Amino acid sequence: MAQVTLRKVVKKYDEVLAVRGIDLDISDKEFIVLVGPSGCGKSTTLRMIAGLEEISDGDIAIGGHVVNDVPPKDRDIAMVFQNYALYPHMNVYENMSFGLKLKKTPKDVIDQRVKQAAQILDITELLDRKPKQLSGGQRQRVAMGRAIVRDPKVFLFDEPLSNLDAKLRVQMRTEIKKVHQKVRTTTVYVTHDQVEAMTLADRVVVMNGGLIEQVGSPNDLYHSPATKFVAGFIGSPAMNFITCQLEQAAGALRVRLNDTLSFPVPAERTARYTAHVGKPSLMLGLRPEHITETKPHTESNQHDFDMLIDVVEPMGMETLVYFTVNGREICGRVNPNAGAEAARSMKLRADLSNMHLIDDSTGKVL
Amino acid sequence: MANAAIANGEPTRPNYGSISRDRTWALRWSYFFLVLFAIFFLMPPVYMLITSLKTSAEISAATNPWWISNPTLQNYIDLLSQNQFLVFFRNSAIVSICVVILTMLISVIAAFALARMKFWGSATLATGVFLTYLIPETLLFIPLFKMFAWVNEVFDVQLMNHWWTMIILYPTLTVPFATWIMIGYFASIPKELDEAALIDGATWMQTLTKIFIPVALPGIIAATIFTFTVAWAQFLYPLAFTTSTSELVLPVGIITTLIKGDVFNWGQIMTGALLGAAPPLIIYAFLMDYYIAGLTAGATKG
Repeated sequence: MAQVTLRKVVKKYDEVLAVRGIDLDISDKEFIVLVGPSGCGKSTTLRMIAGLEEISDGDIAIGGHVVNDVPPKDRDIAMVFQNYALYPHMNVYENMSFGLKLKKTPKDVIDQRVKQAAQILDITELLDRKPKQLSGGQRQRVAMGRAIVRDPKVFLFDEPLSNLDAKLRVQMRTEIKKVHQKVRTTTVYVTHDQVEAMTLADRVVVMNGGLIEQVGSPNDLYHSPATKFVAGFIGSPAMNFITCQLEQAAGALRVRLNDTLSFPVPAERTARYTAHVGKPSLMLGLRPEHITETKPHTESNQHDFDMLIDVVEPMGMETLVYFTVNGREICGRVNPNAGAEAARSMKLRADLSNMHLIDDSTGKVL
Repeated sequence: MANAAIANGEPTRPNYGSISRDRTWALRWSYFFLVLFAIFFLMPPVYMLITSLKTSAEISAATNPWWISNPTLQNYIDLLSQNQFLVFFRNSAIVSICVVILTMLISVIAAFALARMKFWGSATLATGVFLTYLIPETLLFIPLFKMFAWVNEVFDVQLMNHWWTMIILYPTLTVPFATWIMIGYFASIPKELDEAALIDGATWMQTLTKIFIPVALPGIIAATIFTFTVAWAQFLYPLAFTTSTSELVLPVGIITTLIKGDVFNWGQIMTGALLGAAPPLIIYAFLMDYYIAGLTAGATKG
């Protein structure tokens, strides 16, 4: 049973604020992913939970006890590092049992736990090897094994997959998820990779500039981002942002991109947006998958327009097309057989039912 | 373009020379200079060996110095049967071993603290350690004389003219350098390793003994060899601080007892020097790989 609570946590390095007072409640058995660009304070936050960094202000509680001044070894946590941090002179078994040995755990208990963890991670036949005899993926497993054997209250992962190649990363991602489903320990996982965040997390915490931008389930963040930052950070290729104006014409609300392009706002959003008519610095946010090739029949809120395609990127299952609106590069996802060609005009379709209206001056999604 | 060239006949092959030929010549030159250096540096020990196998009469005779007409082991027998020489050897051995132990105890712990336990002024202190190494020993012995006099006055302990005084004197030279080597070596160990140990529940001391010392073993061996060499070959301090024959260490002992006035007993001097050079040589031979690995690993961080 371990919930982790952060209250107004601040980290200051000399005069630089790395973390600017964040609040976060992580419930027992939850898998939380902290995600954000480099320097956003996510690793610092994790290290503060681990006790590797002192906190400048605020409180951190693990399992209901404030641990601000508790040293790492007494916090009952386990951490997996980006570079694995295996002890090079010990074999896998010794690496995994080191923590238990220091705690003076009886030998038979150690043996049982190490073998159990090795079985979960499928590294039983590697127990006699030294870290340098292992591949990257195997080292990562051992690092996880070292964490599992200690049966901690909280698992902390600091970008554990970023040293692996792309294929192995996907494989280990699944592995980590499986392990969590088996051991059900509260987990805090830091990554800069939003795909990792989306696939692993029960809830994702998006951080930026030392603050939490939004906390929510992967689907929440994807479909209803709270800020422009979250909207742009989650999803690949990233959401398109196009400068626009909101205008009222003949009783209907329209998003006007420029002289030639304007779309009617979906009826169910009219009430929400009316207050923003005529506001400067508005932006239309539309994900690439909501800009597709045109289709024979039209559903509500879908609008066709002609566009000169700049670049075509075939991905196999889909083709990405890039074009320019208001000086910004816009990406759309079309069917590979739609006949997209660079420097040719193409009929595209925008699905406004998934649009986002953003106030660029505050960065908030309206 | 390329296709056209092939279609019109053979592709042209401009003469850039040959990579393998360049490599061969580079190797030849390396061997040439390596052999040159080897001859240059091996000449003195070979000359010592030749001289040590000659009688005094043959050494002073105007014969070819590189040739031994009547080889003899008399110099070795004389020297090793002299009680004096064995005392020097014993003094040197005890002093060197104690200095190595003392130095490593201090410098490994000091280096760990300076490299890892970030405390106020640790960086300045680390530089300070290195700066003390730059002070030549010749500048130190007058203040040391003063200190010894003070110790004698206050505690009534005579430090002058005792071989064991060297055990506390030599570390003034060896500790700074050994600490500096170890700081470099410890700094090359990833930070996450001690953090992992810290989370695993290790204290700082356990992190040092169970993680850092085993991982940094090559560096520790390098520092040990260095310390032993300095302690074994130290000449200036024992010359200044010891006078009685029974208190001398090997390098000073050979010079002071085998040169009587203006009479140089060359055969025995060379024999003594050769025998004196043997222990470090044996240690180097066994631990050479570690020594080189230790020096380079300390130099290039990660």
